[in-house]
Amino acid sequence: MRELTFVEATLEALDSAMARDPSIFVVGEGIGARGGNFNTTVGLFDKYGPERLCDTPISERGFVGMCAGAAMTGTRPVVDFMFFDFILDAFGELVNQIAKMQYMSSGRLKMPILLRGAIGIGHSAATHHSGSYYPIFAHLPGFRVVVPSVPSDAKGLFATALQSDDPVLFLEHKSLLFNRGEVPEGEYTIPFGQARVAREGTDCTLVAIGSMVDKTLAACERLAEEGISCEVIDPRTIAPLDMETVLASVHKTGRLLIVDETFQPCGVGAEISAQVIDRGFDDLDAPIRRLNGAHVPTPYSPTLEEAIVPEAAEIEQSIRDLLAE
Amino acid sequence: MPESEQLLALYREMLIIRYTEEQLARSHQMGLIHGACHTYVGEEAIATGVCAHLRPDDAVFSTHRGHGHALAKGVSPHEVIAELFGRSTGCSEGRGGSMHLFKPEVGMMGTSGIVGPCILQATGAGYSFKLLKSDQIGVAFFGDGAVNNGAFHEGLNLASIWKLPTLFVCENNMYATEVPFAYSAGNPHVGNRGPAYGMESLTVDGNDVLAVYEAAGEAIQRARGGEGPTLIECRTYRTRAHAEGMRDAGYRTPEEVEAWKARDPITRYNGWLLENEEAGPETLAAIEAEVKEMVADAEEFARNSPWPEADTVSEHVFSQR
Repeated sequence: MRELTFVEATLEALDSAMARDPSIFVVGEGIGARGGNFNTTVGLFDKYGPERLCDTPISERGFVGMCAGAAMTGTRPVVDFMFFDFILDAFGELVNQIAKMQYMSSGRLKMPILLRGAIGIGHSAATHHSGSYYPIFAHLPGFRVVVPSVPSDAKGLFATALQSDDPVLFLEHKSLLFNRGEVPEGEYTIPFGQARVAREGTDCTLVAIGSMVDKTLAACERLAEEGISCEVIDPRTIAPLDMETVLASVHKTGRLLIVDETFQPCGVGAEISAQVIDRGFDDLDAPIRRLNGAHVPTPYSPTLEEAIVPEAAEIEQSIRDLLAE
Repeated sequence: MPESEQLLALYREMLIIRYTEEQLARSHQMGLIHGACHTYVGEEAIATGVCAHLRPDDAVFSTHRGHGHALAKGVSPHEVIAELFGRSTGCSEGRGGSMHLFKPEVGMMGTSGIVGPCILQATGAGYSFKLLKSDQIGVAFFGDGAVNNGAFHEGLNLASIWKLPTLFVCENNMYATEVPFAYSAGNPHVGNRGPAYGMESLTVDGNDVLAVYEAAGEAIQRARGGEGPTLIECRTYRTRAHAEGMRDAGYRTPEEVEAWKARDPITRYNGWLLENEEAGPETLAAIEAEVKEMVADAEEFARNSPWPEADTVSEHVFSQR
């Protein structure tokens, strides 16, 4: 099968959806003729013109609130934040308006808005260009939160997001954007709330999110040489969260480690742990463990930056520790 | 000058708002309204004069003081009162209350508990309508309290650079709750702020329904014709407290309130209709009686309406599709 980068995969989904649905438009800084800081809209400006590929001033609250109004009145905005950190200037519009609009209007308004941006730590981007923040949004009723880890999933999930009548946050880790992977031709969708089992195994369950999936798979490869069999689950969407796949896996393995670059307190791992304790307590043969990025703002210097992100060796050690319990 | 029929329609609409608000104030005192209730008494000319030009498919985005906008946009007093009573027959089926009145079927896209976002959302409606090549428009109503908020700056700038079909209506009633606008604005002339964004703007007497009607008509015609947005400042005053049940002293004088009551938009317009022989006293009295009966019927309807079923509480968080 042909290979595409993450960025090329979502671009393909966006292009075909825009060709079919004239109500889709994209806003963001430099997403017009420039094609996006991360090449997310390359070539689309020439095809669809400036109203559908709309360059904005640096006015995040303004254009997010504007896109809320657009979504309420018959169009389907895609907001390209470039760096997802910039979404925080629009937090009130997201939480008080976009997430609540369908409920406030007793379902008579839809909120088909797709909000995308690059997340994650790397390349000394420092603390204003490294945030992920998805646990915050998963906490709130009204959002769909997508964190894909491979190009084929990115394409299918992006296509689903473009058809959704709910607000969708589509978060792409910077370190994955230019990774290549096999991507099917043509249009296809992947439903939200359906995890992918990235590797099957019997000795322990690893839930890994976004950029942590590849690192966790690398750790599992090394352990496999010693006959240790790990199962790796990529939830793909944080909200809705596919707990059934996690619970079925823990039923089989009896052990669970959650690997996530975002902060540990009140995070996705805490939620998964609580649900497994609640619904799968008897399946557990060991305490649930979490491995997260450090609970600090992101530092600049490479030595400091490396110190806060879980790497394959650290994941490998955490698995060994869990198996020793 | 509007046709005679339109002149009387303006009178009737202002009365619908006034009588509904007075009913809501009484209902609040009786404990039938469970949450906040900010009335529009004294400001009726603005919603009436603007919405008279709007079609059901134009989109209105409103504020916490939004009952008048909902009524003028075509939500019935029955649905407004029932919503404030928390009943399933309310326009938001009991999920919203006073500050979340929605009826998209007639272009009422919500009142709001947060000051500012309506400006951005009306801008977005303008973006939709431009993209869809329709002649619909988006309208934001907001108070003086909103114009020192970032949403005002960002929304007006975006509407201006893309020449969006959006109308921005500032209802300057001189106080943000109890903070005087004269204190909180470095430039207290809202009607002069348009040029800072490359936009037409003007100030009108917000207690003169014909002045509002005329200014809004021109601005809406420009917006529909692709000539871009307009900012209209309507100078007005709320003659009741910020919210029902709140004290209304210490920040303004009784003399000031009385002076504005003497400029009541409905009394003034009643006098104008009589003086100019656009209507006789019997005609106006008949309209008053008809509207009074309608609002009384609406209150009874609301009071006798069922409560929402508790087991529906999780519906509509996400789309049903």
